[in-house]
Amino acid sequence: MPTTDDLKQRIETSIPGARADVVDLNGGGDHFRATVTAPAFAGLSRIEQHRRVYAVFGPDIGGPIHALSLVTRSEA
Amino acid sequence: MSTPEQQISEAIQGAIADNEVILFMKGTPEAPRCGFSARSVAALEALGAPFAAVDVLPDPRIRQELSALSNWPTIPQLFVHGDLVGGCDIITEMYESGELAQSLGVDTPDEATEPAAAEPGAAPLTIENRLT
Repeated sequence: MPTTDDLKQRIETSIPGARADVVDLNGGGDHFRATVTAPAFAGLSRIEQHRRVYAVFGPDIGGPIHALSLVTRSEA
Repeated sequence: MSTPEQQISEAIQGAIADNEVILFMKGTPEAPRCGFSARSVAALEALGAPFAAVDVLPDPRIRQELSALSNWPTIPQLFVHGDLVGGCDIITEMYESGELAQSLGVDTPDEATEPAAAEPGAAPLTIENRLT
């Protein structure tokens, strides 16, 4: 079962300069919310920013990670 | 001959092309089967924007083909004028900022004076499955 630390680490490793805060929405290890701030998001639409984060997890979204709610920003 | 998956994909593309505002969701607007779908429906209904809805649950291939087309992994997915607007988070953010009303061409709830803006949503659209 993925943990908030797993998700945080995967996001921060895969997206250059990213900082992620991840919470487990219901304590069940499958519904998460991530707030991700990354300079790499500058100039990208909200859709593209979210796609970039979803891409980190590939098929795990909808698999072990049932839901990943996102808030993305290019700067803090 | 096209495969069943291609037929579903074509049906989805047709639905997106034929409906100005279309929400792919789990369940129906009357009976959503997921909190994220419910929240998305609530935002659209709060704006009084007519929308078509497709339930992806009856056949897992609907979701599979939709995500392949849209390059978006989760449900719900909202399309306006053929373009993916986003999922529940983006819909909610855009609702709160007023961008959603703008992209739908309706007034925000506080300013809604036109009765036309309060038309009921279009009947839910189902993708007929002729494959079984």
